[in-house]
Parts: sequence; structure tokens; C-alpha cells
Amino acid sequence: MAVTRDDVAHIALLARLALDEARVPALTAQLNGILAHMDALQKVDTSNAIPVAGVGDAGMPLRADQGPPIPLARPRDTFAPAVRDGFFLVPRLATHEDAAGEVVE
Amino acid sequence: MSDAAAVGAVRNAFARMTEVNAGRDGLNIILWSDQASAERDAAAVAESDGPLAGVPVVVKDNIATLTLPTSCGSRILEGYVSPYEATAITKLRAAGAVIIAKSNCDEFAMGSSTEHSAFGPAKNPLDPRLVPGGSSGGSAAAVASGICRIALGSETGGSVRQPAAFCGVVGVKPTYGRVSRFGLVAFASSLDQIGVFGSRVDDAALGLEVIAGRDARDSTTAQHSVPRYRDSNGERLDGVVIGRPKEYFPESLDPALRTLCDRSLDALRSLGAEVRDVSLPHTDLAIPVYYVIAPAEASSNLARFDGVRYGLRIEGDGLRGMYEATRSRGFGAEVTRRILLGTYVLSAGYYDAYYKKAQGVRALIAQDFRDVFDAGVHAIFTPTAPTPAFAIGAKSDDPYEMYLSDIFTVTANLAGVPAMSLPIGRMNGLPVGGQVIAPHFGEPDMFRVAYALERALGREAHK
Repeated sequence: MAVTRDDVAHIALLARLALDEARVPALTAQLNGILAHMDALQKVDTSNAIPVAGVGDAGMPLRADQGPPIPLARPRDTFAPAVRDGFFLVPRLATHEDAAGEVVE
Repeated sequence: MSDAAAVGAVRNAFARMTEVNAGRDGLNIILWSDQASAERDAAAVAESDGPLAGVPVVVKDNIATLTLPTSCGSRILEGYVSPYEATAITKLRAAGAVIIAKSNCDEFAMGSSTEHSAFGPAKNPLDPRLVPGGSSGGSAAAVASGICRIALGSETGGSVRQPAAFCGVVGVKPTYGRVSRFGLVAFASSLDQIGVFGSRVDDAALGLEVIAGRDARDSTTAQHSVPRYRDSNGERLDGVVIGRPKEYFPESLDPALRTLCDRSLDALRSLGAEVRDVSLPHTDLAIPVYYVIAPAEASSNLARFDGVRYGLRIEGDGLRGMYEATRSRGFGAEVTRRILLGTYVLSAGYYDAYYKKAQGVRALIAQDFRDVFDAGVHAIFTPTAPTPAFAIGAKSDDPYEMYLSDIFTVTANLAGVPAMSLPIGRMNGLPVGGQVIAPHFGEPDMFRVAYALERALGREAHK
């Protein structure tokens, strides 16, 4: 399965990466070079493979859906420039302003 | 240990660090350190009765520490200081160890040479024209150059064992779940484990004893109690069966490397072990499987580095523009390549063909190991890497060629079994590692074989 330059542009979009146009041909060639080696997997019969879920006979250990508190070295409200009522205040992003100007039907 | 002795040990480590690390001709193996802080810590732990009282330890830059940055060798986390520390670090400090420095590594542990660091390549202490291996090359080189006798690294596909082999030291990857990953910056969560470097087998065994065990903050850690690995130190191997997998000794294997492995196997036989030919038939598929699964998990794990929550932020056009500008400027070439690869194999239309298929083959690789161990083999012996350390820049143009340097190590990560590398001799003056692989939680047998082999080879392991 060969990857095209359009594929690379698409997966860069999915991965939130802005690729310099000049790098796309080389990246396309490299990805194709790597993926060519993956084709060997298609020839293997995995219909009877037992899925890997954990290690050894114990499988994956489970615990209650709560953990101990994380031992922080400094107060939580020092993590961000501004905090209010336990929430971090973040800068207004241009997207929000753009969205405010859009007409929603 | 007295205050003066503990502080003196730290000063000696820093003196050696200064000698080898900095400057144009320096090895660039240490990224971050603070001598004054380390000396204070040393004075504070001098009265500790812990097994590592006053022992200086170097830690890979992707393991969270409180006082030194945790940058993962990446611009995107440059200057980032974690508000909490890894469980392995807490355990080391409780045992009296002094964390003296963070070591250079491939960015987010993605690499096999420590050339893919945003802060420049690290160099091999035995020959600065060569790589120290990777991705934990800085930690391996710190032990090899005498800065410390114990260091932490991390393993996803061989990133402790391969640099240990390249630098002529001991490197251990524990069973998956043996050591907590809490505070280890995630690369591929189903494969990652913190590992230990030691100047000798005994150092590595002690280091692992200290950091191993159940941790409520990492639900994948095992309930199994932690044995005293140093009790595996014996002279004889009567009753021990060593597997020699034919797939790790192909016709193409360098004859000098084969000779060194054969010498090690002869030494094991002379100690009373039985050496048995075995087969791990899916070995040749390990690299393709690994380079589907690891990038897939990495593409997900590294999504958190978006300019909002950690480190670098580059403003762009709107929210998406900020994400893209930050990530494109912050990640280096290899990390970008693996995120793209991982995103591709997880994307609609390709998931079944690549990711699901790779998980199926991974299960077959794990079954290969189970079959061998269920047949009565206690440990497997192989070369750690197909070559000794290579020249800086030698494999930069072909990513897959670089990936092949992990061909003998990735299988243990895929199967979750413990494995370690120890020096077994030299080729053209360069260190060569032999690998011992054991069943899940079979570290005592793994160390038993390693201790005995180290003693049997003696000085021959280093010449």
C-alpha cells in the first residue's frame, strides 16, 4: 500500500502537524520505504493468535477506579499564570473570537 | 556513610562529569545537573541505612524529577520541570541515592543512537566518533565514563540493552509491570519500562531491587513480591537450561560476533548449564510489528504536547494554527516521522491492515517465547545487537537501517519478558553485548546466568 503526497498531507492534518511543503516528498518516500517492510505482516495467519492482554498468568491487574493523590511538589495554583475557583484561566484564543462572529443557523 | 564521604562521592562524580561532558570535544551525555543541590541531598542522606546511601545516580531525561528539568531531549519540553517525581525516583531517594544529573537521549526515547536529541548527539566514551547507542545513550555513557555506577534509562524496544552493549556496561530491561511507569514520559505505553544500567551485574541487580514493585499509581504494575536479585549471585549453573535461538544466529551474523557468543555459551556449559538449540520462528517479523505498534501508541501519547498544557507554545492562526505551529517547531524529524507513521496505521481504512494485524503477530511472538520456556528452558542467550557501536551519522539517511539495530532486542519488549545485556568481549576494540532473556518475572534466573557468565569471562569480557 503506497502512501501518496496527499496521504501525507492528510495524516499531517490529523496529527496537528504543519509540514513544510518542501519536506513532503522526502517524508512520503521515507514512509513508503518503512511501510514496504510492513507488508510481510499481511502474509502471516493470525486467526488463532491469542491477544496479548497483560503479562504472565496474572493478566492485567485491575484496581478501583480511583488512585492515590499525586504528590505535588508545589501548590496546584502555581501551575498556571492565573487560577480562579480551582480552575486554570487560559488566554482567549483567536478561534473563540472567530466563532463568536460566526452566524449559527 | 559520613557526610563528608557522601558529599565527596558527589563531588567526584561532578569532577568526572566536567572532565568528559562539556566543551567542543565533550561527550554531551549530560543535559541537566545542579551540583549544589546534589551536595545538599548527599549531606541529607549520609546517615541513611538504605542500600544506595550516598550513591550518585544519573537519570534519563524522560523520567520525572523535581529539581532538574525533564525535557525528553525535545525542544517542546525545553525547561519543563515536573511538579511530581517518578515512583522510581522516589524509591531511589528512599534508598539513599543522590540524583545528580539528567542524561541526553533520543527525543522522547525514539531512536537507537542518541543522535535524535534536540540538544545535539551524545558520543561514545570509548571513541567519540561513534554513537553510544540509544535511546538511553547518555545514561549508558555516564556509567561507561565513570561518572556513576548506576543509572536509569527507559526501554521501549531495546533502549537500555543496546546502548549498554555499545558502551561496554550492563543494562537491564525488567518484565513489563515489574517497575512503575508513573513519572516516565509515555512513548508506547504497552512496551515502555524503566531499566537500569550498572557498571557490573551486581550494580544493576541492586538498582532493580530498589525500584521494582507494585505501585498504586501505575495499574499495570504486578502484585508479585520483589526478590533479592543479588541472591542470584552464584558460581555454578548446574541444572540450568540455556536456549540458543537459531534465528538470532543467522548465516549473515558477523563471524567475530558469533565467535564471542560461542565463547560465552562454552563458558555457560563449563559452569554446568545445558545449552539447547531452540527456535523463535516469528523473530523476523518483530521489527515490522514494533514499528507499527510503537509509532501508533506514540502518535496518541504525544497528542498531549499541543502548546496548551506543557512547555513550548508558538502562536499561530487560531487554535489549530497554534497546535500545528507548536508541534511542528517543537518536535524533531524522527518524532515527526513516527507520529505520521502512527497516525497513518491507526487511520480509517488502514487500522485493520496494519495495527490490528501487528497486534496479532505480536501475540505470535509472545507465544514463541512461552513455547520455549514451557519446554524447560530457563533463559535464552543471544547477541544484544548485530554490530558494535557505529559512526555518528552512519545511519542518518535511512530510518529503517537504524531501526534494524534493534532487531535482537525488540522481541523482549513485544513479549513483555525481562532481558539484559552484559559485556562479552570486543570486536575491533569495541564492546559487544550478550543478551540473557528470561520468562515473565524470571529476573532471578536471568541474573543467575548473568552473574555466572560475568565471573567466568572475567577480564576477557572487556578485551
